[in-house]
Amino acid sequence: MEKKTTELATLGQRGLLKREAAAEGLQYLTFSLAGEEYGVDILKVQEIRGWAPVTKVPNAPAFVRGVMNLRGAIVPVIDLRLRFGLETVEYTKTTVVIVATVQSANGSRIIGTVVDGVSDVLNLNAADIQPAPDFGTAVHTDFISGLVTVDSGMVMLLDVDRLLSVEEMFALENVRPAESHITAAAA
Amino acid sequence: MAIDIGQFVQTFFEESFEGLDIMEAGLLALEPGVTTDLEKINTIFRAAHSIKGGSGTFGFKDVTDFTHLMETLLDGMREGRLGVTTEGVTALLHSVDCLREMLVAAREHISVEPEQIQELRARLSRLLNRKPAESQAESKPSAAPGAAAAPRAAGWRIQFRPHPQLMHSGNDPVRMFRELAGLGALQARADASQLPKLADLRPEDCYLSWELELRGDATREAVAEVFAWVEGDCDLNLEPLTAEAAPEAPAKPAPPPVAPPGPSAGPQTGEEGQQGELLLERRKGEDRRKGDRRVNVAASDSASIRVGIDKVDAVINLVGELVTTQSMLSALGEDFDMSRLDKLHEALDQLDRNTRDLQEHVMRIRMLPVSSVFSRFPRMVHDVSAKLGKQVELRINGEQTELDKTVIEKIGDPLVHLIRNSLDHGLEPPDERARAGKPETGVISLDAYHKSGSIFIEVDDDGRGLNREALLRKGLQEGLLRPGEEYSDEQIYDLIFHPGLSTAKQLSDVSGRGVGMDVVRSNIHDVGGSIQIASRPGQGTRITISLPLTLAILDGQLVSVGEDCYIIPLLSIIESVQVRVDAVNRVAGKGEVFRFRGQPLPILRLYELFGTEGAVSDLEKGLLVVVEADGRQVGLFVDDLEGQQQVSIKSLEKNFRRVSGVAGATILGDGRVGLILDISGLIRVNNVAL
Repeated sequence: MEKKTTELATLGQRGLLKREAAAEGLQYLTFSLAGEEYGVDILKVQEIRGWAPVTKVPNAPAFVRGVMNLRGAIVPVIDLRLRFGLETVEYTKTTVVIVATVQSANGSRIIGTVVDGVSDVLNLNAADIQPAPDFGTAVHTDFISGLVTVDSGMVMLLDVDRLLSVEEMFALENVRPAESHITAAAA
Repeated sequence: MAIDIGQFVQTFFEESFEGLDIMEAGLLALEPGVTTDLEKINTIFRAAHSIKGGSGTFGFKDVTDFTHLMETLLDGMREGRLGVTTEGVTALLHSVDCLREMLVAAREHISVEPEQIQELRARLSRLLNRKPAESQAESKPSAAPGAAAAPRAAGWRIQFRPHPQLMHSGNDPVRMFRELAGLGALQARADASQLPKLADLRPEDCYLSWELELRGDATREAVAEVFAWVEGDCDLNLEPLTAEAAPEAPAKPAPPPVAPPGPSAGPQTGEEGQQGELLLERRKGEDRRKGDRRVNVAASDSASIRVGIDKVDAVINLVGELVTTQSMLSALGEDFDMSRLDKLHEALDQLDRNTRDLQEHVMRIRMLPVSSVFSRFPRMVHDVSAKLGKQVELRINGEQTELDKTVIEKIGDPLVHLIRNSLDHGLEPPDERARAGKPETGVISLDAYHKSGSIFIEVDDDGRGLNREALLRKGLQEGLLRPGEEYSDEQIYDLIFHPGLSTAKQLSDVSGRGVGMDVVRSNIHDVGGSIQIASRPGQGTRITISLPLTLAILDGQLVSVGEDCYIIPLLSIIESVQVRVDAVNRVAGKGEVFRFRGQPLPILRLYELFGTEGAVSDLEKGLLVVVEADGRQVGLFVDDLEGQQQVSIKSLEKNFRRVSGVAGATILGDGRVGLILDISGLIRVNNVAL
C-alpha cells in the first residue's frame, strides 16, 4: 500500500507539471467500485490512504462511515458504495480511502472516500470527454461530469465538488434529519 | 532613506482605536459644569494628539484636520477659556464616533459621508467661537480656528537646527513643516552648509538646518507644539515677527518649496508639496476603492493580539525548563538500566508537569481582559439612558478578568443586548421609581469573576423585574406552556429566550421586538457557555452568563459505550453512580427516572441516543454519569469510565457539519478520533422530547 501511495503521489506531481505544459491535457485518477471504473480530477486528490477503522459519528447517514484523524484534522469518511446505494463488501487490503479537497459554498473541505481500489492515472484531452447520457429520473447523473472510452472499457468521470458536497448529501437525508432521530430515540 | 511606512499603518490604526477608546472613557468621566479636572482633560488631549500626529505621518489629512479641531477645543477647556459644557462633551463624543468612522474608512479605503464631518466641524467651530474675545480664523476651518490666546503677532521666525540624530527617533522635519504650513503661510530657508561630502555622508543623519518664517496668527504654544516631539533633538529658537516686518500676509499659503540637497529626504513645505507627495498613496487607495466598493468591514477584524511581556516571559521560562527536562531524559536514555527506573519516572513526571504548564501559559497568551468588551458600555449607557430619559448608574467590577480572545469577540453583542434590555425594559423612568420608593437613579451592574474553572459575567439591574404573569400569559397564548400546569419561575423566565416572544408594551428603537434573546442564548451556547436568569418583581433582574476559560482545551472524562469512546467535559460531571434498578421509575411509560439523593434524575441512555451497537443495556451493569448544564441535571448511561485526559478541541464542522449532541472532536492518545459530548445540547434535546 505504502509503495502504491508514493507511486501515485509522484504520478500526481508529474501530472501537475504536464498539465501546466499542455493546457488541454487533463489527468484523472481512476478507481474501481463494484466492477465499474470511475475517474476523479487528480488535482482534487490530496492523498490516498489504506483503510483504517474510523470513529463513528452518531446520527449520521449510513454512508458516512465516521471521522478519521488526518494529521490532526478531523475528516469525514464516506463509503462510495453506500453513497451510490450499492451492496456493501468486506473491506480488504486493496480498499483505500481517497482524500479529496472539495469546494463548497462555505469554503473548502477535506473528505475521505472509501473505494474498492485505485487503478490508474488517465491522460485525457478535453475532446475525449463525452457528456453523460440522460437517464431521465431513473439515475442521478448530476455528479457525473462526463464519460470516456478507454481500451479496457468506459470510465465515468465524477464531479467531486458535487458528489461530496456535504450540503447535498444531507439534503438527500432531509426525510430523516439527525435532530428528529435523536428525539425519537430519547422518547 | 526610504522606509516603507506602510508596515506601520496597521499599528497606527490599532493605537488610534485604543486612543479613541481612551478619549471616550475620558469624556464620559468629565462632569459638565463642575470644576474641571485637568488630568482628565489632559488624558483626552494626549490621546487626540497622538492620533493627530500619527495621521499626519501617514497622510490621512482629513483625520489630522479634524483631530486638530477637537484638540483646539480640548485645549480651550484645559486652559479654562471654554467651559466644560454638556454640549461640548456631546459634540466631542460625536466627534470621537466620527473619527472612528474616518479611521475605518481610511483603513478600508472607502469614503465617509462628508456632510457628517462638515456638520461636526461646524459644531466644534461654533463652540470654539463662543468666546468672542478671542480672535478667530473662521475662514480657515482646517487651520487652528481657536489658536489665539497670546497677544497677536504677525508671525514667527523659527530657527530650527536639528541634531544629527533627529531622524533616528522617527521624526521627520517634512512632517513638522507640513504642520506648520497648516498654521499660516510658511517660508523656509534651508541651510546646507553643514552637509558633508557625499562619501562622508551618513544617510540616517540630518545635516540640514532651517530658518522658517511663519506668517499668521498662530500662538507661540501652537508653534512650539509642532516641535514638542523633538525638543531634545534640536536647537529651537522662536522669535515673534513684528507686524511691521511682515510685508504682506499672503491670503493663501503658497510658499515656495524648498529643495535641499542630500539624501536625507527632500523636505517640501506647503500644501502643494504635501499634496504631491501624498498623491501616489491616495491614488492607490482610490483605485482599490473603485475595484470593490463594498469592502467587508467585519472581515478586517484585526487578527493580531497584544500580549503583555510578562506572559511571553513566562512561556520562555517554561520552555527553558522543558529543555532541561529533555536533556535530563536524553542523558538517562544514553545508558539506561533498570536500576535507574525511578529516575526515569521522575523525569517523565517533570515532563508532564512542564507540558501542562506550558500549555496553560500558551493558552494565557490568547486571553484578554474583559475590559476590552466592558469599556464600550459606559458610553452606550450614557447615550441610551439620555435617549430614554432615565437616570442610570453603571457599575463595573472585575474588568481585569481574562477570557479567551474568541470568547471575548463572541460575547460583545449578547452583552450589548442584555444591557440595552435592562436599560429599556428593566429600569423604570425616574417618576415610576420614585413612586415605588426607589432612588431615582437606577443601577446596572456588570460583574465578571472567575469561579471553579469558568468565567461568570453578571448583568444586574435594580429595575422592575420580569413580569411573570405577562410571560405566563404569552407562553400560554403561543402554546409554549400547557394550561393548568404549575411552572417554576425558572421555566417561565426561560421563555424570554424563545424567539418571537416579547412582553414589551411598545416597541422602541432600543429593543423590544422579541428577537434577540434567542440570539443571545445561541451566541453564548456557541462558545460553550450557558445563561441563567433570576428575577424578583420590583427589585430587579440578574442574568448570569457562564463561559469556559478557553475554547481550545478542556479536561475530559473518557467513557466507553459499546466500541466507541466519548469524552464528557469534566466540568459538567457532578459524579458517577451505579444504578439500582429498584430506584428507577418509568414516567408515563417512556422516560426513565432515577431517584438520586431524593431528586428525580432523568436517565439518558447514550447508546440509544447515538444508535451504538453492542453497548451494555442492563442499567445495573453500566454506570450513570450525573452531568449538569444550564442548571439542569441528567444521568448519562454509559458502559464504563475510562481515563481522564486533557483534550484539545477540534472542529467537526470544518470538514463535515454540526452534529447534535456533539460539541467537537479530539485526537485521543492512540491517534483515533474521539467525540466530545455537548452536555447542554443533549439536555436540550432531551427536554424537547419529554
